[in-house]
Amino acid sequence: MSRYTAKPLPHVDLPELRQVGKPLRRVDAMGKAVGTTVYAGDFSMPRMLHAKVFRSAHAAARIVRLDVSRARALPGVACVLTSADIPMAKLVSDIPGQTGQQQRAGSEVPVLAIDQVRYYGEPIALVAAETLDVAERALSLIEVEYAPAAGVFDPVEALRPGAPVIHPPDNAVARWRIHKGDLDAGFAEADVIVENTFRVPYQEHAFLEPEAGVAWVDERGVVNIRVSTQVVEHFRSIARAVGVPENKIRIQGTMVGGGFGGKEDITVEIYLALLAKHTQRPVKLVYTREESMVAHSKRHPYIIKHRTGVKKNGRITAAKIDVLSDSGPYPYLSPYVLLYTAVMAAGPYRVDNVSVEAVTAATNNPFTSAFRGFGGPQACFAYEQQMNAIAGKLGMDPLELRRINYLHTGDTTPTGQVIETAAWLEETATRAMEALGDKTPANGVVKVGQGFSSFYQSYGRIMWLHDTSQAWVGMELDGTVTIRAGVPDLGAGQVNSLCQIAAEVLGVPLERVSIYSTDSATTPLSGTSTATRQLYMSGNATLLAANTVRRALLDRASKHFEEAPENLDLAEGRVFVKSDPAQSMPVADLAKKCASEGIHLANLAMFKAPFVDPIDPETGQGRVFPDFTFGSYAVEVAVDTESGQVQVLKAAACHDVGRAINRAAAEGQIAGGGMQGLGYALIEDLIVKEGVIQTPSLAEYLIPTSMDFPTTRVIILESGTGVGPFGAKGIGEPSLTPVGPAVAAAVADAIGVHIHELPLTPERVLAAMDRARKS
Amino acid sequence: MKLEVITLKINGRLHPVALAPNVTLLTALRDLGYTDVKCGCEQGDCGACAVLLNGEAVNSCLVLAWQADGAEVTTSAGLGTAEHPHPLQVAFADTGAIQCGYCTPGLIITSKALLDRNAHPDEAAIRDAISGNLCRCTGYGHIIQAVQTAAERLAEGKTPSAGGAQ
Repeated sequence: MSRYTAKPLPHVDLPELRQVGKPLRRVDAMGKAVGTTVYAGDFSMPRMLHAKVFRSAHAAARIVRLDVSRARALPGVACVLTSADIPMAKLVSDIPGQTGQQQRAGSEVPVLAIDQVRYYGEPIALVAAETLDVAERALSLIEVEYAPAAGVFDPVEALRPGAPVIHPPDNAVARWRIHKGDLDAGFAEADVIVENTFRVPYQEHAFLEPEAGVAWVDERGVVNIRVSTQVVEHFRSIARAVGVPENKIRIQGTMVGGGFGGKEDITVEIYLALLAKHTQRPVKLVYTREESMVAHSKRHPYIIKHRTGVKKNGRITAAKIDVLSDSGPYPYLSPYVLLYTAVMAAGPYRVDNVSVEAVTAATNNPFTSAFRGFGGPQACFAYEQQMNAIAGKLGMDPLELRRINYLHTGDTTPTGQVIETAAWLEETATRAMEALGDKTPANGVVKVGQGFSSFYQSYGRIMWLHDTSQAWVGMELDGTVTIRAGVPDLGAGQVNSLCQIAAEVLGVPLERVSIYSTDSATTPLSGTSTATRQLYMSGNATLLAANTVRRALLDRASKHFEEAPENLDLAEGRVFVKSDPAQSMPVADLAKKCASEGIHLANLAMFKAPFVDPIDPETGQGRVFPDFTFGSYAVEVAVDTESGQVQVLKAAACHDVGRAINRAAAEGQIAGGGMQGLGYALIEDLIVKEGVIQTPSLAEYLIPTSMDFPTTRVIILESGTGVGPFGAKGIGEPSLTPVGPAVAAAVADAIGVHIHELPLTPERVLAAMDRARKS
Repeated sequence: MKLEVITLKINGRLHPVALAPNVTLLTALRDLGYTDVKCGCEQGDCGACAVLLNGEAVNSCLVLAWQADGAEVTTSAGLGTAEHPHPLQVAFADTGAIQCGYCTPGLIITSKALLDRNAHPDEAAIRDAISGNLCRCTGYGHIIQAVQTAAERLAEGKTPSAGGAQ
């Protein structure tokens, strides 16, 4: 028997749909299964050059001398570029493709280091050569003399007076403050005050496909870049850095071999653009695994301090939360990741008196930016562990404490945003715990524990970024459907969802829908595949466009059948009278009629997320996100108290996805996010010494194999209340968020010791047990 | 380095190629256009480059092309096409075993080698067989299901359709 019993869900009236919600074979699946999908690194062109990047061997140094003459002279070398050749080449390391970009110290990143390097692996020179071998030899002929400078490798140190400053005026890259209610009054009202400090580590994306691309200049002078990216809109900053108009850079995105945020910032495409422009030849650049691990961002390490006031009855009266993250030497998305952490720092709980002070500090460590969850998992590890600590202090059951404090629809978040959709927290927590079933009996030194965590996480972008997405939907004369949308597909089923939505609306089988995507020149811009926004944004844009085409079809059919359009429907490639389906015609015939009469059977729609003003900079009050996904994760672990080894015995996730568009894909996101979260919690350990990654391979930085953890059991709930198409919420990123603290809770249940730092390595578990014994 | 002409027999096609002794089978295959063989790490950690070498699954990044001279090399694209897919390819496509797809060719090859020696593997046998193939997207559950589904279909002797699962 589980400790908890799930109560029946509130009644939800979800209309049965023909295609949406079904676990159909994704439109991208067969090409990937038989190997015909051409990924970025699989593509080659005649006369193509091969590129390599020369990178810094120091984390903090002045470049005293840089001599590339021997590399340039090597036969077979077509081009060597340093910052001297491209003085204007800077990139804005900020949220791309939006109008509200902020300028702050260090937010302009030189494409190639100018006089100074600020992190290990910072690019210094580019080489393009006839073969990869020659390019590699050229790298070894580049001479650089460094004068090592004092670096700073700890965000706490970085904020102290006298610390080396990475970019003037100081190392505080960004701050956010959230103040709501009366903190002093809240603490005065409390019976108990609980204080803890939590630490979370780096995480490496470890997508299976290292960064890759090919660029060439076409006959019109357009620089074409075929690249694996989450963000087509980078063509704008690339144009600025290369010094050409925006309409002279074309990004042709490929199927992405895994992104998780690591292909959200610009990767190889800027180097490719510069080399193609300088050589006027096609150029290919593919990172090795080690280069990939050095060259792209990491998940931010954080130190999060919670001070919580609580009544004996369990009601939270006040929360003071201090957040510090390590941004590395350039801001990239750190300020926004920090905002996410700050907004969600108090967890899915009603806290009327709350103060969050958040800061991200520049260091000479590897730079940090987006990673699935975007500051949410770090916040969740801290707030859920804090809830368990409070429950322990009050002698209260962890679920009971949460039940008293869980957010409900209509409550407000710390920024004053009202929760407008379903907030199924207890519903998901009890179901996830129930799915674990009976606790496995302990066996001698091996102790067994169960634990869970609840969370909320936004989907859709920060609202003052004024997010939009476009999609084009048209019907061909044979009744097939074409979609054009600039959506990058990271493997989560982004393009398939759009196809399934159009198939539903236009009543054609999924195989009759074809999509062109991810091309800045030929597909309407749909925005980035980040922030769990594509289903919400581009799903809604596709829905708008498809509905316009549907209306045109049904208006014409209404004349033919002499029935009002609302009495007609489209399914299985036919238009028919609902009350008498025998009265029907193939949709292809209807499409031909429309074409011959000049009825437009295509539509380009733009979906706009609600636009709001930024939050108040002093109080952090205001609306931040379009909506939130709610859910819970539960884990059973066995802890060997002699070796410290933690073995996951069972894992279950329960999330309200609003509405699953493709059930298998939604399950895949949840199971996959679960596995990445288990890796983060237990085995993924990026070791960085003086700014240098000590574990730059998949043999040293271990990600979960099929033998490490059980598959997460997935329970999908559908409240139908999301702001996405058909009531969908977002699940891509949220699926990872609650895993870490659930594991820590299960370990604590097994051994009676709360460990406030990830990953829960055997060494850390043993050390925590030692400390507990001594105190 | 000295080039030597060897003959690579890939998916039944013969390719006489002049290669240096340090060229890996992975590089040789990709240079010949067999880009369904993926490169994920080039040091045997990820399994994305797995191919069958005389029926055995190997990481092609750990095999020198010269070692494959005259041997039968089968890549995942050699198992089936979109029109005539192998049951494993159909099962992977239908069970959600494919997300980003970059690990898929290697996993299909490893699974093929498994089913060739064990027609009815249980979950533990599948987990063990694919433990050298990293997947960062799926959490492995759907992949294990796909291998089981393919095993069942192969045992029933069914020819799966190239079309959708619906």
